[in-house]
Amino acid sequence: MSGNGGSDVTSGQRVLPQASSQRPEVPSWRLLVTLGSAGALAGLLLVFVYYLTQPAIQAYKARMLREAVQEVLKGPQRWDTLYVYEGALTPQPPADVDAASLEMVFLGYGADGERLGFAISGAEPGFQDLIELIFGYDPQAGTVIGMKVLANKETPGLGDKIVKDSAFVAEFDGPQAPLAGVKSGRATGAANEVDMITGATISSRTVIRIINNRLERLRPILEAYLEEAS
Amino acid sequence: MPRKTTAAQDFRRGIWRENPVFIQMLGLCPALAVSNTVLNSLAMGLATFFVLFCSSVLVATFKKLIPAEVRISTYILIIATFVTVADMTLEAVVPEIHKALGAFIALIVVNCIILGRQEAFASKNTVPRAMIDAVGTGIGFIIAMLMMGTIREILGYGTFLGFPLFGGNYEPWIIFILPPGGFFTIGFILLGLNWWERRKLERARSGEPPVGVAVGRAA
Repeated sequence: MSGNGGSDVTSGQRVLPQASSQRPEVPSWRLLVTLGSAGALAGLLLVFVYYLTQPAIQAYKARMLREAVQEVLKGPQRWDTLYVYEGALTPQPPADVDAASLEMVFLGYGADGERLGFAISGAEPGFQDLIELIFGYDPQAGTVIGMKVLANKETPGLGDKIVKDSAFVAEFDGPQAPLAGVKSGRATGAANEVDMITGATISSRTVIRIINNRLERLRPILEAYLEEAS
Repeated sequence: MPRKTTAAQDFRRGIWRENPVFIQMLGLCPALAVSNTVLNSLAMGLATFFVLFCSSVLVATFKKLIPAEVRISTYILIIATFVTVADMTLEAVVPEIHKALGAFIALIVVNCIILGRQEAFASKNTVPRAMIDAVGTGIGFIIAMLMMGTIREILGYGTFLGFPLFGGNYEPWIIFILPPGGFFTIGFILLGLNWWERRKLERARSGEPPVGVAVGRAA
């Protein structure tokens, strides 16, 4: 064993400067075969693992989305998935369009079939990276009914309070849209005010901005859909 | 030239005396970046252990078939494959931890601990010896990650594995879960280890226990 080890050391370390004099040059087909077969085997293994793990990964993503819609629409009985296609909402996009690539909103219904509101997702850069969130919007009352941050990389202990500070999250239960962020202690009691977090001004402002921007863009589409449906 | 080491020495070496993080100073990127909680540290340690072990076994098995000219590319290919396997498995089994570790799982590919063990050991030794070496080094990395993670989580969150350790009055040192906290933690650990090593060395040299005397003679 130690003999093998010794010769390998020599070949490994001296092969570049003295390749021609010390040992016959390795033909390039051997290099190609080595890398080619290693690559092919690696590819096969990865395909296998991909098929094993993908169902669990997809199921987790679907469950996260389900829980988020449940939370921001305050427990709907059921909901429809609607696609934004050519400036209008449609439950069924044309067959030649990839549904997964379209924007989606979710229309939730209560126990008596009444419409609770739309769950809308959005993402914009926060303090560190994209903040992704989903929020509930009641078009009849024009109010935001709930907000849940789906992904963020904000500073732990400061910016991540947009997730962990339950008082801030509760601020999004019922304010009139469009929202206006106010510093804590400066609230005047207006219906569209949301108290921002001290120490997380940029992160909380981003959350408010995402909701306002998404609503500004989607509100006409949502209202048109409701009028048509009713 | 070949070192004559016993299997037990191969095993113990990586754990402490040549600990990959604290002594060899390799793998510092994950050790600093994702050691902010004990759970993240453990997950990163186990993922690295898995990749190191599987790569060492494969490299030791096929060492005669791999021409020296393409050995590094082949090692990286093998390592990258197992990293991707670990990445997908973590995402399927523990998605929350996978999210917290983020890009650092993919970055195990460029972790010098793993490539270093292939080049320095697995490619020159039998499969069982490569396994023993990989297990020792892997455990050494896990120990280092856990030390970092424990210190940073206790100081930075006031918790251990998520359980609160102090009363509600504890004000966590947020700096310890931020990047600078990683540098502080590893700095103080290295300071302590070096101080300990030096003291041991000086005591051994003098052959007497009292510190003051030993220092005097050494000087």
